[in-house]
Amino acid sequence: MGKLLKPNKEVGIVGYGAYVPMYRIKAEEIGRVWGVNSFPIQEKSVNNLDEDAITIGIEAARNALKRAQIDPKEIRALWFGTESKPYAVKPSATVIAEAIGATPDLDAADFEFACKAGTEALQASIGFVGSGMAKYAMAIGADTSQGRPGDHLEFTASAGGAAYIVGEKDSETLAYFEGSYSYVTDTPDFWRRQHEHYPRHGNRFTGEPAYFHQIISAAKGLMEELNYSPSDFDYAVFHQPNVKFPLTVAKILGIPKEKVLPGLLSGIIGNTYSGATLVGISAVLDIAKPGDRILWVSFGSGAGSDAFSLVVQDAIEEKRDLAPKTMDYVNRKKYIDYALYAKHRSKYIL
Amino acid sequence: MGRPMQVARYWRHFKEKYRMVGTKCKECGEIYFPPRQVCPKCGSREMEDVQLSGKGKVLSWTIVRNPPSGFEYFRPYPLALIELEEGPIVLAQLTDVDENQIDFGMEVEMVTRKIREFEGDGLILYGYKFRPPIKP
Repeated sequence: MGKLLKPNKEVGIVGYGAYVPMYRIKAEEIGRVWGVNSFPIQEKSVNNLDEDAITIGIEAARNALKRAQIDPKEIRALWFGTESKPYAVKPSATVIAEAIGATPDLDAADFEFACKAGTEALQASIGFVGSGMAKYAMAIGADTSQGRPGDHLEFTASAGGAAYIVGEKDSETLAYFEGSYSYVTDTPDFWRRQHEHYPRHGNRFTGEPAYFHQIISAAKGLMEELNYSPSDFDYAVFHQPNVKFPLTVAKILGIPKEKVLPGLLSGIIGNTYSGATLVGISAVLDIAKPGDRILWVSFGSGAGSDAFSLVVQDAIEEKRDLAPKTMDYVNRKKYIDYALYAKHRSKYIL
Repeated sequence: MGRPMQVARYWRHFKEKYRMVGTKCKECGEIYFPPRQVCPKCGSREMEDVQLSGKGKVLSWTIVRNPPSGFEYFRPYPLALIELEEGPIVLAQLTDVDENQIDFGMEVEMVTRKIREFEGDGLILYGYKFRPPIKP
């Protein structure tokens, strides 16, 4: 057996949906407060007062259902990847399953692997459907990520998410998986201890041995197993904690910038953590043509990457318009200042 | 510490609060939200669940500046009477909207949002709110 992860049955995405909250704060506004004047991104999304990872997951899941046009009662698993669970103990997935009408005949659980919890849930969904255990499984990645005020993570930690419904490959499939590959090592570049409000990170240690090593190893591993070279892909989406990192990965792998930019949203919405590559892929699926091949590589601190090769099918053309496009959410925006941002992030004690 | 929190009281209504499941009278066809067990119009007890579309129009609204306890952090927030396309009229908060954007007849769609939290260690209550529709 090779290293490639491939189920017995061919599976693909039958529905996808994204959600990004409407509020934005400009990086220079955060910089104004903390006396910083160079920024990793332009602006980031901020959750409304009544939004959390669960409500983001619900809207993304509803959009995925609109495109899939399936009965939610046929979903046999709903797995939710997040690192900003509203409850430390009590599944978020059950709230989402109830809200979309998928209960009670399904498995539901929350996944956590820093920024790659969403693709972790996707790997599990591929296995669940690909083994024949389930007709459909839903994987969601969503976060309202935390950054310590004044820390450089505060410039990027944002809110958003996306949902994917996996089903057996047929003519209704929007895009199918050719295979996936996961690469994991114990690399403590970022963590949040129990009862702590904010994560800590290893500063420069987060780059070379963590982000770049896992993503590039996963991308190369997948291409090796599938006998593909970078030129076989029409689009590439890499985890996007900022703008520079994913573009550097593309450069190292020899993938032109033009193939990365359509799925690179961090410059205008920030890092949605567990939602990051899922939202990026949704933006690509909104514009991709049948036959396009997409390279998808997530990254989660701690650390590891999941890499997927996805091929777009004809059904995308008629189904992508059944729900709001990712850019509809990205372009719906209202700027707030740091004082309101602090209110939205529940920083005030009444 | 803390206010009374009756989990069962809220849990009983999750289906209607999270995704607007109403009831329809099997005899006369009238649709109700919140759900009813007996039809006030024809007296029938033959009611079935019906999934509402969540689409409606603003009939009237106000801005709440002195909210009841548990809602202080959200102030100010708009509270509106919304006529659903299936007929029932519901009272709900508007969200993702500027005060000066709200108007009579404004089209809205349902979203599931956080309604309130019961202290730091209590239940988080989710439910329906309405916002201007996302294109398309």
